[in-house]
Amino acid sequence: MPHPGSYIVERDRLDELFAALHRRGYTVLGPTVRDQAIVYDEVDSCADLPIGWTDEQDGGRYRLRRRADEALFGYNVGPHSWKRYQLPPEVRLWRARRAPDGALSELAEAPREAPRFAFLGARSCELHAMGILDRVLLGGTHPDPADRARREDVLVIAVQCTQAGGTCFCASMGTGPTAESGYDIALTEVLQDARHYFVLDIGSERGADLLRELPHAEAGEQERGSATAAHGRAASQMGRELDVTDIRDLLYRNYENDRWDEVAERCLSCGNCTMVCPTCFCTTVEDVTDLAGEHVERQQRWDSCFTVDYSHIHGGAVRTSTRSRYRQWMTHKLATWIDQFGSSGCVGCGRCITWCPVGIDITEEARAIRESEVPRDADA
Amino acid sequence: MRTLEDLITAAPIFAGLSQEHLSLIAGCAANEHFAPGAQLFREGTPADQFFLIREGAVALEVDALARGTIVIETLHRNDVVGWSWLFEPYRWQFDARASGPTRVVAFDGACLRGKCEADHELGYQLMRRFAASLIERLQATRLQLLDVYGHAPTP
Amino acid sequence: MVPAPFALRSKRQETADTWTLELEPRGGPALEFAPGQFTMLSAFGTGEVPISISGDPDGEGRLVHTVRAVGLATKAICAAAPGDVLSVRGPFGRPWPVDDLTGGDVLIVAGGIGLAPLRPAILALLARRARYGRLVLLYGGRSPDQLLFAGELTEWADRGLDVAVTVDSAGPEWLGTVGVVPRLVRRAQFDHANASAVLCGPEVMMRFTVAALAQGGIGGDRVFASMERNMQCGIGHCGHCQLGPTLVCRDGPVYAWGELERWLAIREL
Repeated sequence: MPHPGSYIVERDRLDELFAALHRRGYTVLGPTVRDQAIVYDEVDSCADLPIGWTDEQDGGRYRLRRRADEALFGYNVGPHSWKRYQLPPEVRLWRARRAPDGALSELAEAPREAPRFAFLGARSCELHAMGILDRVLLGGTHPDPADRARREDVLVIAVQCTQAGGTCFCASMGTGPTAESGYDIALTEVLQDARHYFVLDIGSERGADLLRELPHAEAGEQERGSATAAHGRAASQMGRELDVTDIRDLLYRNYENDRWDEVAERCLSCGNCTMVCPTCFCTTVEDVTDLAGEHVERQQRWDSCFTVDYSHIHGGAVRTSTRSRYRQWMTHKLATWIDQFGSSGCVGCGRCITWCPVGIDITEEARAIRESEVPRDADA
Repeated sequence: MRTLEDLITAAPIFAGLSQEHLSLIAGCAANEHFAPGAQLFREGTPADQFFLIREGAVALEVDALARGTIVIETLHRNDVVGWSWLFEPYRWQFDARASGPTRVVAFDGACLRGKCEADHELGYQLMRRFAASLIERLQATRLQLLDVYGHAPTP
Repeated sequence: MVPAPFALRSKRQETADTWTLELEPRGGPALEFAPGQFTMLSAFGTGEVPISISGDPDGEGRLVHTVRAVGLATKAICAAAPGDVLSVRGPFGRPWPVDDLTGGDVLIVAGGIGLAPLRPAILALLARRARYGRLVLLYGGRSPDQLLFAGELTEWADRGLDVAVTVDSAGPEWLGTVGVVPRLVRRAQFDHANASAVLCGPEVMMRFTVAALAQGGIGGDRVFASMERNMQCGIGHCGHCQLGPTLVCRDGPVYAWGELERWLAIREL
């Protein structure tokens, strides 16, 4: 860490963070309550944050509940992830005009309309997810300049988890709960007796710069201790566990495991998991023309490997059964992703478990497959 | 000048047979040749021969009425043409036509059936070899049936 | 991700539903490519499709594609008239390893439209004829009227390519072979101890052919096949072309068969 040492910012001075960001021309994106969930949207001040709310999550279950305190970040993750800004659900790739003689004009990349974003409230799992998506989108042979532009200027204010959610398993995936890099500033919220403050760690020059504009003090030993204790609390509360020992080869050995038939009976192939997952990156392209055929736009949209057409080649789809599509999603996430991009695709955020209408649990599926390899004891 | 026995000995389908068996087989064999377009046999007629192609090619055909005559397979050097002599009712199932100048060793089916009845070891050795050839043809035919190249639209 | 405009210079009909198109860049550089690569091709506004380049890699200027009209996008491409502008992105993909095949015999096995992605390899091999042993083309199609590049086969034979052609069925006027491609493999003349093979065709046909090649002494590490999956971006972003742990647009379309064998054995992978 380039800037050792922690700092304190009092809760009642935190609006100055918004002011400093606005002065620098950032649009702040952060958590807010809407439609009975905590989602990411533009937030202008602390008042927009989910003050005093927490989330209760389990397989196929998400509820907001009022907390006994007024914590700003006392929840875990909602259905949104920062993916929607890194890889927007709809992107116009280019547009062109065709003259009657067939000549093309105005063949141009879509203008970069995105404002400068500051992400407020990014969790450790989400920082890892952003890094994973960076590898997919920017690490290949043909990185899209538009993708790079979307990433370059983003300022990240991470929030360290002080509690873990019912479906969280970042500890198993090595992606949390405490972020160690990938942020400009990291906040740990502490509510203790009458005090309400944030322990702040700096992750970059930009973060250090920002800190200078905030009323802050150096953190004392007790304050740093409180932050560390909060991190530890989160680590001990994980709602789920996934044993990643040799997970790639485990899944490579088990493409014909009966468990896939079992999960296929429950899976609706609705694709919710792919939409809420912060690393699912599949997109499809569509050409849209006007009636005269003069203007064309090519649009890129989120897609899901659960659709039947996803694997369509001449003659039909390769994966027609739900079984094959669920297997594709899970083996990609935990196994083939490693061979394709050099890391796991899963950050243990638990969203796929929470938002699956039938509560299919990736950790349970992985466990079932692993246990199916253990030789049974001879029947008594 | 190669004798019939030389030709039979050299044929891959008879590889590994004993000298005695090769002689027995040669006793049922004769050289024949067909001019281009000549018919070796016709569907429905008595099947009392089979042929080992030495040079040239034989087209197996079927008269598909409105679709015309269709060539379903061509056979070439060292291929055996004709299996219907093996089992009742000993009738050809397809037409066969020489598609170029073709030289064959023609075998008398009844003669060879008689020798196999008398010498079961000869019968077993021949059946093994014919079965291998038939299996290869069956698998090729199945691949043909899959029609993997897809359809062109009717013009 | 922004395509380059290419104008259609000329078009030749190969069969009832297949055309070979010659394109040239409109205001941009010529497209350099290696045999086996593909582009994402589009007739303005009707969607993009991955099409293998079927031209001469040592040629100059023109971009050649042989396209079968089966869906909206390919029908629109095949309906283009000289002067029309098509959009091109690429080239993409891993090419045929033509330089690794020197010093031995090479079997080029093509099924149906699979001859189109192999044509650049054939031309590259013939241009460097002395570096290879026997060059053998084994080509299968559905019927005689669906064979591609018919006029060129004799020209290639004159340049040192052994050519054997077969069809699944034919009328009696067809004087050639009727039967499946693996049978051509069994009859081909080549050095069983020192040969490689490059394949392109329907996946089923390739699997049967690989078995015949193995019987002929050519193992999975010496067999290279061009694979196909749903491709939408061509650059490893959209996820569609996944084939097990690989992305066909990036790790293929040319693969060593040995790499793929275990994955192709999994149904609905």
